[in-house]
Formats: sequence, structure tokens, C-alpha cells
Amino acid sequence: MSTKKRVAAKVNGDAVEFLCEPRQSLLEVLREVLSMTGTKEGCNDGNCGACSVIVDGTLVNSCCMLGVEIDGCEVQTVEGLSKNGRLHPLQKTFLEETGMQCGFCTPGFLMSSKALLDAHPDPNEHQIRHWLSGNLCRCTGYDKIVRAVKKAARMQEAEK
Amino acid sequence: MNKPKKPPGFRVVGTNPIRPDGLDKVTGRAVYGDDFKIAGMLHGHVLRSPHAHARIKSIDTRKALRLPGVRAIITGADFPKPSVPMVGMGEGGHFDMNDAADNVIAKKKVFYDGHVVAAVAADNPHLAEEAAALIEVKYEVLPPVMDVRSAMAPGAPVLHETFNPGAFFMKTIKVLPNASRLELGAGDIAKGFAEADVIVEREFTTETVHQGYIESHICTAQWDERGQVTIWTTTQGAFAIRDQVAIICALPMSHVRVVPLEIGGGFGGKDTAYIEPLAAMLAKKADRPVKVVMSRAESLRATGPSPGTYIKAKMGAKRDGTLVAADLSLAFEAGGFPGGPIAAGTLTSITRYNIPNVRLEGFDVLVNKPKMKPYRAPGATQSHFAVEQLLDELAEKIGMDPVDFRLKNVMKTGDRLILGFPSPPIGGAELLEAVKKHPHYKAPLKENQGRGMAFGFWFGAGLTSSAELSVNSDGTVQMCTASCDLSGTRLTLAMQAAEALGIDVDDVSPTVGDTHSVGYALQTVGSRTTFATGIAVIETAQKVLQEMACRAALLWETDAANINVENGIFTDRNNPAHKFNFKELADKLEHSGGPVSAQSTVTPERVGFQLAALLVDVEVDTETGKVDILRCTAFQDAGKAVHPDFVAGQVQGGVAQGLGWALNEEYWYDAKGHLCNASLLDYRMPTALDVPMIDVVILETPNPGHPYGVRGVGEVPIVPPAAAVAIAIHNAIGVRMDHLPMKPGCVLQKIKDQRAAAAA
Amino acid sequence: MAIVWIPSPLQSLTNGEITVRADGGNVKELVEDLDRNYPGFKSAIVAEGVLVRPGISVVVDGRVVKKGLLHPVGVESEVFFIPAIGGG
Repeated sequence: MSTKKRVAAKVNGDAVEFLCEPRQSLLEVLREVLSMTGTKEGCNDGNCGACSVIVDGTLVNSCCMLGVEIDGCEVQTVEGLSKNGRLHPLQKTFLEETGMQCGFCTPGFLMSSKALLDAHPDPNEHQIRHWLSGNLCRCTGYDKIVRAVKKAARMQEAEK
Repeated sequence: MNKPKKPPGFRVVGTNPIRPDGLDKVTGRAVYGDDFKIAGMLHGHVLRSPHAHARIKSIDTRKALRLPGVRAIITGADFPKPSVPMVGMGEGGHFDMNDAADNVIAKKKVFYDGHVVAAVAADNPHLAEEAAALIEVKYEVLPPVMDVRSAMAPGAPVLHETFNPGAFFMKTIKVLPNASRLELGAGDIAKGFAEADVIVEREFTTETVHQGYIESHICTAQWDERGQVTIWTTTQGAFAIRDQVAIICALPMSHVRVVPLEIGGGFGGKDTAYIEPLAAMLAKKADRPVKVVMSRAESLRATGPSPGTYIKAKMGAKRDGTLVAADLSLAFEAGGFPGGPIAAGTLTSITRYNIPNVRLEGFDVLVNKPKMKPYRAPGATQSHFAVEQLLDELAEKIGMDPVDFRLKNVMKTGDRLILGFPSPPIGGAELLEAVKKHPHYKAPLKENQGRGMAFGFWFGAGLTSSAELSVNSDGTVQMCTASCDLSGTRLTLAMQAAEALGIDVDDVSPTVGDTHSVGYALQTVGSRTTFATGIAVIETAQKVLQEMACRAALLWETDAANINVENGIFTDRNNPAHKFNFKELADKLEHSGGPVSAQSTVTPERVGFQLAALLVDVEVDTETGKVDILRCTAFQDAGKAVHPDFVAGQVQGGVAQGLGWALNEEYWYDAKGHLCNASLLDYRMPTALDVPMIDVVILETPNPGHPYGVRGVGEVPIVPPAAAVAIAIHNAIGVRMDHLPMKPGCVLQKIKDQRAAAAA
Repeated sequence: MAIVWIPSPLQSLTNGEITVRADGGNVKELVEDLDRNYPGFKSAIVAEGVLVRPGISVVVDGRVVKKGLLHPVGVESEVFFIPAIGGG
């Protein structure tokens, strides 16, 4: 049995403080402690990417990071993508290009794609596939996801 | 992508609107299985057998129960005898409910690694896991049998002293201690082979594969004081889970309410109750709501894979390319209980070609693996892997183009199937012509690259569906069906409602109902939702229009027979001044008899067959045996593509699953029957780097069994890829593949054998 | 008389005949008529009363008929008994 630790972090721009057991993953903290269930668990061992979030600018599998590790960090999750009722370009293009079917892997893909576009605003197909290769989608065959990311990149460029 | 043009006559069908549930899915608001929480909820953990085959001698739960925070433990002894021994499922076959109950939790024996033996409910998931580890189970370990040929050999370990053969699809007859058999035939195969100028004969093996949905199985159960249980779960069919839980827990069906949550993929694997009866029993015993979550490893170890197979196939053709004989023997794993997809695999093996002399033999073979379950066109991928390769070889030996060879023999509308009845309208020849005409077919290739083509068939299912429509006073419409939405069917159904009602699709709000809120429907399986539930929606819309026409007649003080309805406009034949659009009339319903709603439950009788073809280019690394997929063009007949982008998405997804099956995916058991690769690292599904863009060509041969000509599209795209890749490898490096998956080691072995043969 | 296509597992009952003619106003009556000439046919198709055996679908003139044995047939009808098909 473990004693709980106090952790202070920023999640989607908001300051949060919570208690968590040292054995709890960041994924568990997001979902169970902070009730942010947009981030999904597909495998809990770092192989599916459904739990992808961005911590201090780095794309991580939140199931493979401990909750206590985010003390002092800034975390971005799918819940923070849309701002003031406006969808992020990736959210728009995943809808328009039907880059999802069951939608379960979608939050993870959106976060990986965001990390990609943050690093490479104009990615080619290989870069997109490389950055998304840690995210498994069993429904789409990736074709429409790749199209959605390309389109979002163009949209972001146009918005600048 | 080649998108069909929007035909005249359709306003909504054939367009690509954005799905109404999409916003919840891109914002993280959508509530999937594990996102559902209720106050006071306990967490379940399931204890599973570490042995593939064993007798349970005793289960001691005392230590686990002493752990603070443990609220309930259940074993097989907590379950009653199922209230119904056997259930029919319309066209879907029938199920032995004693087997189903034993699969949920073992009673006397465990039949596979991961078979449930007990379950714990505790204050948190970690505690539940710790408690489960304290349960002491004594086993008498028995030798397992892990593949079909061993299981059919004399002296093999026997799983069940007696069993009820062949549930899924078609009756089989017990012929061996671990196997039952079916046979179909036509003509005289000896005569057929005697007429053949060219005969090819090969043996094929394929490994067990999993559906691989990214969301595992998760459910939450809560009882009320009247003894009714509500279960929130991620499933392909709420009513199917309701029926299974009611029977396995011996409850009246009305006492079980199943609420389907969003589902993170199913592909056939989520039409069965696994953890729902466990959650229900734990919640009852603990007198608290209980959530049970299956881990990824549990899902791979213990939920519905698709069978590994052994197939012996022999086919003969005349020099002019006429197929004259086929003799196939297919042995499919059933898993720990009888009733795998052998009948479907057998029936679909040659259905798409006219062959006068045929013998098809299928074996449903018990092995110590999880009970095999449907996976996207169940059984067809395996049997096509064999048959399409033999066809390619026959074409090669005759010196005929492989597409021309198939065109010469392709089943056309009205041709008799092996079951005797004539094929409903089908566009096989048109599909093959489209393959031939496509620029991909003749595109240049480089060294060690090859192109393969395979042609696939699937029956599809009709089965029962329900729909309810309610007209709001502002002219918007609520639509409720019991068909769980795996891929966007809420939208494709709303589009059909909008088409039928003559209103905008944005004015239809579709929801998926629970078992207490809407009429009965079987699962979202068999590519049936857009097709069969679509028919229910259209019929319901027609009822709504009829009633609204009556209201218009009342308001205009005329006879209902004088009212004309077209594209949502109501007119009076006798008075051109009388005209309402849908919204105007909706506004007047309240004062002409009250709001209008209607409901339908239908079982379509004419299911359109599904056909698909795939062109695939591969490159083989002859040093390592690794195969890369370079280019894919998929061809499919949608009947009528309701939402062409969704149809293309179904095709692309099915093709990608088929490519994974072709090259990587397999269950890996050790000699003791332990699954060694129960993780997504080692059960290697395709990533974005493993597949190219997948071009889709949609053809439309209308299905007369649907008012708009719709065919199911979901399943058949998975059928051609394994065979097409095998043929492409042959065309690249000249070896014939006979095993799935065609992983680098297998390909390299073929290359070495080829070099050794050349040297000798 | 309607034409009944005999499923291959039952063709041993009909001495190898693939199609046979039978009289009746519905599928059940056809089956009963056939059972007089080919004993055992009824028990292979009918579970009890008017219920078809689990796993068998009745096809009349190209439709998988929901009413099964109770479905009416005409003198020109073609009747098939096929394995039930579901899917994934």
C-alpha cells in the first residue's frame, strides 16, 4: 500500500493540484483523478498510442508515465484542443476527411498529429506516417487520417 | 478516390455529410465503456486460468476475502443453470447456452489459457487485482491440443466427452472426438477432374488472428431493489448482450437493461457476452455497482479470435479456362467450444465462380484456444487464401490472364450457387472489368516487385432491426434505433430517414437506444446495419409520412387519398392552393391529433451479396524475406453508396486488416498452450508505416432487396488481401506461399528452398 | 408442383436427386409431402411443430423468408433450405 503524493501541474493551461499514489500512471491520473476521460486506454503498455498526450512539448504515452512525474509540468490533452468553442484545425479535418470510424483512437491521433504539426508545420506523407506510427487505428487503414493531417497543416498555414 | 456521381433522384443518399457524433469523438466527450462511472462503483478483476487444459479441483477464496476492501468474489458455482439451453439467432445460427455460460466462467474444466475461473470486486482496481492473486485454485493439468491436425489425430487429448456440434451458421455432425464435419457438393468431382486439362493441388495453413479493436471489453453493472440489473457496456448489440446475460444468469429478459455506450471497434468480436454476466453477478453479491475492465492481454487471451486453419485444395480447369472441378477440405479451429465459422468459410470458398463439379468438406475442430468468434467476413479470408491462389496457378499454367480467367468463370445474376438457389443481382463481371481497365493493373514494376489480384465474396446478413421516428413541432425529427454505431451508421441511417422524409439530414437527430427504449435488433454484424436497419428506418419514415398525409387531409378537409407527398412537400390533388412543406405541417400536428411518431421492426428477406477485388503491389527483400506493400487499389460493389467516404473508409480499414493478417498477425502459443504474444507489441497489427494509401473504386450494382439499392459493405474488403499479397509475392520472386502470416521467416524459407531446388 | 432443392447432406434421402417436385400450399406442406416419398426428410428440416431446425434458413423464390415453414408457396415456387449466415 502506498501513500499518496501531492502533485501540482498545468493541464490544458489550467493549474491543477491532486493527490496520487506513486504507482498510478499519468493516464490513470487524468482519467480517474482529474475525470478527464478524453484520453483513452487501449493497451496500458505503450503500444497503441490511444493515451497520447503532450507533456512539456513532448509527445508521450500517458500510460507509461507516472502521475507523480508531471509535478511542475504542462500537459496537453484532447480536451484542450478546441478553444472558446472553436475546433482545432485537426479536429475539423478529422471530421471532414472522415479520419475516424469508431473514434476510440482519435484523441491519441489528434495529440500525435498536433505534436507533429508543432514540430513540422508542413509534413510530407512519410513524416506523417512516421509520427503516427505509435498510434494504432484498426478501423481506417490510416488513409483518411493521413489526408486529415495534411489538410490540417494546409489549414493552419492559411490561418497564419 | 473514385467517387460515384450523385445520381439524379437522390437528394441525401450519395453525399458525404459530417457525422453528428463526430464532435464528441474529436473533443474527447464521447462516452466509451471505461468513461462511464457511477457513484459507489466497485472495480472487478477477473482471475484466469494459467493452463490451456485442466480440471478445476478446488477454488479457495478465503485469503482473498480477508483483504480489506474486497467486497465480493464469484466462481462458476455462483451461476445458475442457463434458463434456455439453445438460442436461435435468425439467420445467424444457433448457440448452445450451456457452452456460452461455461465460456463466461469455467465450471469443471478450463479449455484455454485465459479461461475465467473467478472474479473479484473491490474498492479499486489495484486492490481487486491483488485479491485475485490471493485466490488459490488447484488444477489437474491436462495435455492441451493446439492445432487442428493434432486435434483430429488418433489419441489426441479430448476436450469434451460429449458436445453439441456446430452452432455458428450450419449444422455439423460429430465425426471425431474433437471434430464435427459438414459436406456440400454438386456434380461429380471424379468426372470433373477427368475432364480437366490442368489440375493444381496444394495444402495451406493459417494461424489464429484477433479482431484487434483498440478499446478492450468494459462494462458496469448495477442492480435495483426490484431485482433488475442495468448494464452499461461497449458492444455490437445491446439486445444480444441482454439475451445472453438473462439466460446465463437465469433472469427474465425484462429484468436486464443493457445500455450500449460508444464502442471502440468490434469487427465481430463484441457481439458476445464475456464480462457482462460477471459484472452482474459481482454487483449482486457485493450489493454495489461494479465495473469490469478487460486488459489488452485478457482480451487477446480470452476473447473471440478468428480460427487458424488447415486447408487441402484441388482444382481443375480446361485449357480454354473453364473451371470444371473443385475439391476442398477445410479444417477450422473452433476453440474450446464447438461452433467456429467453418460453414461460412466453406460456403464462401468458391461462391463467386461457376464450377459444375464440387466437393466441399469442412471440419469444426476443438482445440485449447479461446472460442472462435466472427471476425469480418468470418472464415472467408482463410478459404480465399487457398482458392484464389489455386486459381492464379491454374491461370498461369493455362497461360491466361488471371482476371480473364476469373471473368470466364464468374458467377452472374441468376447463376446457381452451390446451395442451388440462383444468385440475386450481382456485379462480379463488372467488378473484374473495372480491375482490368484500371491503370494500376498494367503499371510498370521493378525487380523483386510483384502484383497480385484476388477476388472476394461474402454473403452479408439481413436479420432483425428496429427504428423509431418522432416528429418535433419544428419539423426536426428524432430517430432511435437499437443498432450500435461502430463506424458512422447513425449518420448513414439518418441520411436514409432524411431521404425518405424529404428533409435535410441535419434535421434528423439519430441516437442508439438501449434495450428498454426501442424495439428489438440483432447486432451490428454481417454488414447489416446500413442495409437492414436502413430498411427499418425507411419503412418507419413511410409510416410517418402516411400519418402526416392524413393530418394534411384533416386540415384541408379532404380525403387522405387526395394528398400527394413528394420530397417532403404535401399537396392536395384537388386544390393547388393547398401546400405544406414538412416543417409547416409538423407545426400543425399538435392541433390535428397530436404529435406523430412511428416504429418498425423488420427482417429483410433479400440480402445483396458482397463482392470485392484487390490489386496489390509488393516488394520482397530477398535477403530478409520482408515484404513491403507498395500500392493498393481496392474495388468494391456497394449496391448504392449511402455515404461514399464512409464506404471507402470501410474498404480501406478492411484492406489494412487483411494486410496485417497477410504479413504479420498471428497467435503464438508454446507447447503447453500459453499465449506468448498477448500484447500489441508482439501481436503485430499494421501501423501507419506498414500500409500505403489505399485507393478505392466503388461500383454500384443495386440490390433490389433495399429501396435505395444498398448492399452491406463492411466485411468483404478483408477477404482478398491475404490471397492477393500471396499472389503478388509469387509474381515478385516466383515462390508459392502456403502459410499465413507470410512473415519474413516464412518468405525467406521459400527463397532458400527455391535456391536449393535450383542448385539441385 | 413447387420445386424443392435438396441440400447436399440430404441428397442421400432422395437417391441423389438434387431437385424434386412437391405439393403443398406452404413450405411445411411441401416438407410433409416430401417426407412421404423420402422418409426422414421432415425430421432433418423440422425441429418441432412449425419451427425449422436451428441453423437452417428457408429460401422461397430468392427470399430468406422470416415465416419459414409457414411461408406460402405457389405451383411455380422454388424452395431451398440453406445454412443460416450471420457475420462479423
